Amino acid sequence: MADLSVKFAGVQSPNPFWLASAPPTNTGDQIMRAFDAGWGGAVWKTLGEPIVNVSSRYSTVDFNGQRVMGLNNIELITDRPLAVNLREITEVKKRYPKNALIVSLMVESKREKWHEIVRAAEGAGADGLELNFGCPHGMSERGMGSAVGQVPDYTCQITEWVKEVAKTPVIVKLTPNVTDVVYPARAAKKGGADAVSLINTINSVTGVDLDTFTPRPDVGGRSAHGGYCGPAVKPIALNMISSIAKDPEVRIPISGIGGIATWRDAAEFILLGCTSVQVCTAVMHYGFRIVEDMIDGLSNYLDEKGFRSVNDLIGRSLPSVTKWEELDLNYKIVARVDQQKCIGCGVCYVACTDGAHQSIAARAEHGRTHVEIIEETCVGCNLCSLVCPVEGCISMVRDDTGRPPLTWKQYQEDPSAHKHLGPHNAH
Amino acid sequence: MESRSNPFSELKPPLALDAALAEASRCLFCFDAPCTRACPTHIDVPAFIKKIATGNLRGSARTILEANVLGASCARVCPTEVLCEGACVMNDLHAKPIKIGQLQRHATDWAMAHGVRPFSAGPKQPGKVAILGAGPSGLACAAELTRLGIEAVIFEAGKQGGGLNTSGVAEYKMTPEFALREVSWLVEAGVQIKTGVRVGSDLTLEELEAQFDRVFVGVGLGRIGKLGIPGDDLDGVVDAIDFIAELKLERAQAKVGRRVAVIGGGNTSIDCVTQAERLGAEEVYLIYRRGPEEMPAYRHEVELARASGCRFIYLAQPVRILGRGKVEAIELARMRLGAPDASGRRRPEPVGGDNQILDVDMVISSTGQKPRSELLELLEPKGIKLDRGRVAVDERTMRTSNPSYYAGGDCVSGGKEVVNAVAEGKLAARSIAADLRHLWK
Ligand SMILES: Cc1cc2nc3c(=O)[nH]c(=O)nc-3n(C[C@H](O)[C@H](O)[C@H](O)COP(=O)(O)OP(=O)(O)OC[C@H]3O[C@@H](n4cnc5c(N)ncnc54)[C@H](O)[C@@H]3O)c2cc1C
Ligand SMILES: Cc1cc2nc3c(=O)[nH]c(=O)nc-3n(C[C@H](O)[C@H](O)[C@H](O)COP(=O)(O)O)c2cc1C
Ligand code: SF4
Repeated sequence: MADLSVKFAGVQSPNPFWLASAPPTNTGDQIMRAFDAGWGGAVWKTLGEPIVNVSSRYSTVDFNGQRVMGLNNIELITDRPLAVNLREITEVKKRYPKNALIVSLMVESKREKWHEIVRAAEGAGADGLELNFGCPHGMSERGMGSAVGQVPDYTCQITEWVKEVAKTPVIVKLTPNVTDVVYPARAAKKGGADAVSLINTINSVTGVDLDTFTPRPDVGGRSAHGGYCGPAVKPIALNMISSIAKDPEVRIPISGIGGIATWRDAAEFILLGCTSVQVCTAVMHYGFRIVEDMIDGLSNYLDEKGFRSVNDLIGRSLPSVTKWEELDLNYKIVARVDQQKCIGCGVCYVACTDGAHQSIAARAEHGRTHVEIIEETCVGCNLCSLVCPVEGCISMVRDDTGRPPLTWKQYQEDPSAHKHLGPHNAH
Repeated sequence: MESRSNPFSELKPPLALDAALAEASRCLFCFDAPCTRACPTHIDVPAFIKKIATGNLRGSARTILEANVLGASCARVCPTEVLCEGACVMNDLHAKPIKIGQLQRHATDWAMAHGVRPFSAGPKQPGKVAILGAGPSGLACAAELTRLGIEAVIFEAGKQGGGLNTSGVAEYKMTPEFALREVSWLVEAGVQIKTGVRVGSDLTLEELEAQFDRVFVGVGLGRIGKLGIPGDDLDGVVDAIDFIAELKLERAQAKVGRRVAVIGGGNTSIDCVTQAERLGAEEVYLIYRRGPEEMPAYRHEVELARASGCRFIYLAQPVRILGRGKVEAIELARMRLGAPDASGRRRPEPVGGDNQILDVDMVISSTGQKPRSELLELLEPKGIKLDRGRVAVDERTMRTSNPSYYAGGDCVSGGKEVVNAVAEGKLAARSIAADLRHLWK
């Protein structure tokens, strides 16, 4: 059995699965039940100045009859008294000494305020601190959350203040609502952060009620933009994480967040450079119990691949992540249809004809649609195989062009290399 | 024994909104879709399903009703297993086919409940058409003509419209109340029906010809008739069509025996079996002179009968019904299959030896509906060719050998499905319209 334990910026955790700072980590009771279910760590719901919330607070994007492809919220930080949260933190840490207990913080951009809250959280027993520079709604209007995360100088400044007094590792939670997330990550590093976590939620309006004309969620006939999370945001999170992981200036541990629901999602985040992962929406949807399969699945996967520890997985996909200009222009694949498996739905035909490169022929044969790939013009875009509803029916196969590898960069440096390009590079 | 609340309740209840959305989302949206090809009225199935998925139920119903104005009843009564759903590519994926019938019902039910018209009458064109019979073929023909602006009047012998949709199809698929509601829906949109007029006796063909430019014959088929064996007039021997009509339209009077023999192997026989069982019969036998392979009833229907506890007696031919005044038993001769006959099925022939005596107190004859010979006899002198008791037509136009007469539905096909009758009525209407346009231009 592979070893699932990780050490994240000095914080020990029995596995890489943590609860993100959000409603599932609102109370000590929830976190203790989560630890009982198997979660390795938790980031306490953000502590700060007293706030009040509105109702309603959430809205979703559903897809093809499936609920919660994306979740949007306009909730603020914790609405429970600071003293109660601190008391419960102490109790949880006492009862669950082996689990990672991180406390999320957000206060006004004043040095003393930050010092005060850092001392309070550490005094209560936190194993580490997470600075919430990401909340994109409500708190940002008051100069906190993403208002800090969007300005690298502020990020650096507040991180420095925190580091002046912090005794435990400091994680800076980044907002995705920026043009290039690498800059705030560098600023956090510069300010002394021990790690970063990302992503917080993305600015969003999930939809508009077509009868009342009010966007969702509806708060008495009005609505404000919220923060988007859940399965829909995973690709955005993965991209941001890999760009930080590749950056030679950052080089600190990453806790990955955004749309993680299964061990597969988690493995992908880890492969792209995360040491731990955090989950919010999936737990809000299905409860703490989902961690059972996350642990079991990741463990089986590591065993099957012959890895002894999660650490062997961290960042393993990063070498293959490059810039476009480093890709081989002469690598060529074409689509191939397994006629035995084809059910004749014709979906690939319309997709290629109307939406790609007119490289599939269709005809009615014995009352069903028969499709054939026109290999001469197929550019190997993948579209047909992506829309095909049958597993393994359309595969993309290597078409050896016999041409030497040639990247755009090389081509730019030596335009005479043009003669090495093939017809599939047209279009 | 626990009593069932309503033994005739629907086998396929309506889909809840969420279930319909989830089901609609499963549709692959095939190109040149096989379901559309398989539907005799060629409803654009992927298009109407996509519209359900987007919440455009009005548009979805329109897509259905433009192709098939009886889309609401077809959604309930069509043997989708052998039509659209049978053709669904999901079957090849070893997945359940899309529930096309139930989705069609979802959209059309919504339309009926929200005051959507099944069609709108077009601007008036010259020409008048008389339609014989308010069954599915006649209704579809009338609706299409009205849509095209041509005046059409249906003459219906019975008290009410709908034909076998009202009096024939199994109760657990559709109630007469619903069939009649659909008829009213069509009437509200402009279909004209004169009930209680039997053409041939109440109104002659000559009188019709004097008032109308074209005639559409959609009279369907008649009763089953006598079995033609000794004892077939005993009390307790009933005609399947009468048995079902009574059960549907006069439930309070409907009677069923304790031990019932249904003679015949078609879908109507299966309906008799399942409904006799639902009425409370203790033993139901289906007696068929060929074997299970030759039985014309659909497999999925046979399974329903099997599930209801029916006992199938194959290769058996009734030779006599026994009883003093009323049915007490039926005598069956044993058969075997010989050489193929004209229909290509192997002909049953007696084996000889002992006959079987089966104690029953009711015999339902269900050996196939007979043509409406009383009307056909009047059509022949008009130059309308018949073919083995069916009205012969040009399949591309539904025109008979008399250019003023068109025909469709069971009286042409010898007995198919509601959806075929609708397709033929619609096709005839379009041919008539083209025909009349030509005349008046
Ligand atoms: C028991 C039974 C169950 C069935 N179940 C199904 C099913 O589940 N699904 C399915 O798709 N199909 C089913 N069918 C078949 C379907 O009902 C018929 O194919 C369809 O109704 C044929 O329509 P039609 O318009 O040709 O004739 P009909 O429905 O028979 O209508 C003919 C109409 O013409 C009227 N008429 C007759 N003579 C005259 C006259 N001289 N003047 C004026 N009016 C006249 C009749 O009163 C009747 O209303 C079933 C049939 C039977 C018998
Ligand atoms: C209702 C709700 C409240 C949240 N509150 C906080 C918060 O107080 N502090 C914080 O750092 N992130 C907060 N988040 C963001 C989550 O911690 C997490 O970054 C985000 O939801 C992405 O992860 P997911 O896709 O697994 O949900 C909140 C998210 C939701 C849905
Ligand atoms: S890979 Fe792209 S271009 Fe080639 S057949 Fe498929 S859809 Fe068309």
